[in-house]
Amino acid sequence: MIDMKRRTFLKGSVAAGAISAAMGAGLLTPRMVLAAWPTAAFEAKTVDSALDALMGSHQLEGSDKISIRAPDIAENGAVVPISVETSIANPESISIIAEKNASPMTASFLLGTGAQGFVSTRIKMGKTSSVIAVVKADGKLYSTGKEVKVTIGGCGG
Amino acid sequence: MNISRREFLQMLAVASASGISLPACESSNAAKKSTSPYELPAFGNVSLMHYTDCHAQLMPIYFREPSINLGIGSMKGKPPHLVGDKFLSYYGIKPGSRDAHALTYLNFVEAARQLGQVGGFAHLSTLVKNIRAQRPGSLLLDGGDTWQGSGTSYWTDAQDMVDAQKLLGVDVMTAHWEMTFGAERVKEIIEKDFKGHIDFVAQNIIDNEWGEPVFPPYVIKDINGVPTAIIGQAFPYTPIANPRYMVPDWSFGIRDDRMQQMVDEARGKGAQVIIVLSHNGMDVDLKMASRVTGIDAIMGGHTHDAIPRPVEVKNAGGTTLVSNAGSNSKFLSVLDLDVKNGKVRDYRYHLLPVFSNLLEADKEMSAYIDKVRAPYMDKLGEQLAVTDELLYRRGNFNGTFDQIICDALMEVQGAPISLSPGFRWGVSVMPGEAISFEHVMTQTSITYPSVTLNNLSGTRIKEILEDVADNLFNPDPYYQQGGDMVRVGGLKYSIDPAAKIGSRISDMELDGKPLDAKAEYPVAGWASVAQPLDGRPVWDVVAEYLRDIKTVKHVELNQPVIKGASDNPGFSATT
Repeated sequence: MIDMKRRTFLKGSVAAGAISAAMGAGLLTPRMVLAAWPTAAFEAKTVDSALDALMGSHQLEGSDKISIRAPDIAENGAVVPISVETSIANPESISIIAEKNASPMTASFLLGTGAQGFVSTRIKMGKTSSVIAVVKADGKLYSTGKEVKVTIGGCGG
Repeated sequence: MNISRREFLQMLAVASASGISLPACESSNAAKKSTSPYELPAFGNVSLMHYTDCHAQLMPIYFREPSINLGIGSMKGKPPHLVGDKFLSYYGIKPGSRDAHALTYLNFVEAARQLGQVGGFAHLSTLVKNIRAQRPGSLLLDGGDTWQGSGTSYWTDAQDMVDAQKLLGVDVMTAHWEMTFGAERVKEIIEKDFKGHIDFVAQNIIDNEWGEPVFPPYVIKDINGVPTAIIGQAFPYTPIANPRYMVPDWSFGIRDDRMQQMVDEARGKGAQVIIVLSHNGMDVDLKMASRVTGIDAIMGGHTHDAIPRPVEVKNAGGTTLVSNAGSNSKFLSVLDLDVKNGKVRDYRYHLLPVFSNLLEADKEMSAYIDKVRAPYMDKLGEQLAVTDELLYRRGNFNGTFDQIICDALMEVQGAPISLSPGFRWGVSVMPGEAISFEHVMTQTSITYPSVTLNNLSGTRIKEILEDVADNLFNPDPYYQQGGDMVRVGGLKYSIDPAAKIGSRISDMELDGKPLDAKAEYPVAGWASVAQPLDGRPVWDVVAEYLRDIKTVKHVELNQPVIKGASDNPGFSATT
């Protein structure tokens, strides 16, 4: 079932990461690690203000070169797996927004030069909402969205 | 025991001689009707038998099909959302025929008195053996919801059904309610009991931590020299519709993309036929068939739809058949494929109702069932009350047996409102019959049966009704979960199924007064999926209520006012 070799390998590689090791040893707090944390963007209450704070603009252009993988109905609103992949050339960042969350900006990944346009994470969702992926490239913001339903559950078949 | 083909035909001859007519639920393109529904014209070289959602019903039962099964949006008026006369005329089935009784609620009581019970593993077993004799090399597929739904399956921790499946000769299965016995028990059965006997397949169950498959996604079987892949599709919303804590490490979901990969992979390994054994529910099957290419047939279950003819769904790669085979051991479907030069060229499909009076009980299976039930017979046989009215569950909004559960919850728990889940399993009890403890177990047997009593605000109650309604009536099938509407005791309301979430439910009233959004109301319920509870099991509460009332004279069905449904072919005003 689970490939134990792979699990061991991944554990090892995480432990060897310099930042993780330093954090584990209590040398760094998360705030210090994330020195340039864009507080305003992640505490903004609307999609537009979050984008303005992070990107300086909320002008989004729809793109079919971005795909979002997310469940149609979340199994657990507290950990909703989201993957975003884009074929847009030279992506600078990929951000994930849950429109109806109290603070919609859930994650933003800065990509180095030549990085593949793919990120995968888990986000928290309070209720049914559109999840929007925003890719910044060539100074422009491209986006696509997908509805993820958060339900109280029960009462099935 | 293996009854011979000759004995079987003799038995059918007796049935015909006694004036019982035997039309089969045959697809219209079937070549020629044979003299009996269980003697099928030979066709093709690859045959698959399929039953699904038997819900642990080892014994013959009565099961009334729904009078309300609404299709919304693009699903309106299309299979499976047809009831009664609309169903019969769509499929060209003669009113008053045996098939009409098997497939619709029409004239249920009278027809059931005349034609008798349906299903039962001993009768199903006879039919399986006969089809196997007619079609050597055929496979038997079990679509899941096999382990749950009876007293004995609950008390034996599903062992009664596991051994029955092996005796029946199941080759491949997938799952839904099986998961409510817990991940450990599921693994134990697969590793110990099924090993070397039954392939358990599910392409859409993935380990939460690493995203790796938990079960084999498919199995390739050789059927008369034709490599045939059976890909499993477990119920996608198991951790939402049922307690997530029972399968904490597994993620489900529809996973179209992985399905496509598995189809391509199996083809790459030489599979000439691709069958998906699905527990999606029929609307989800139909959408999946339009998106994934390369599947020859999706043989589905979950929504308990008994559909006499597969839907031919066009997609970018060709055509995919979608069949669904009912519930409660009431049907066995047979799909015959003509495969030449690595391609399916044509097919025949038969949905065979298992009429217990027409199929002699298989002796070996009967003996097994007697043995497994023996320790529980006193308990199962207790007569709690007599009913003057037909008791049934199936239908979008309420059923008479559900009303009894709702009434029992309110009465015994002392609450003005009760909520009972819209499950689609649970057998029917005929007027004049005694309601046994076994009947109550067929309606309530789950592994999280505790009753609950909570104070909920009017706002919260509306949210619950809206949420469940959206799971049933969302215009996109991928957002549906496949149960029926939560059954409501005490509270009156109106519903507009075609509206959007948040505006379907209105006119909520209790004792003639509008429900106050802010006030709190005691609400009795059961089957909470949030966390394990230690409360009284619901079957004890229902049994106590029935022992007390002794006779069910008339069931006052608390049905919501349904807006905009009068012209819907999935709606009949008859209850």
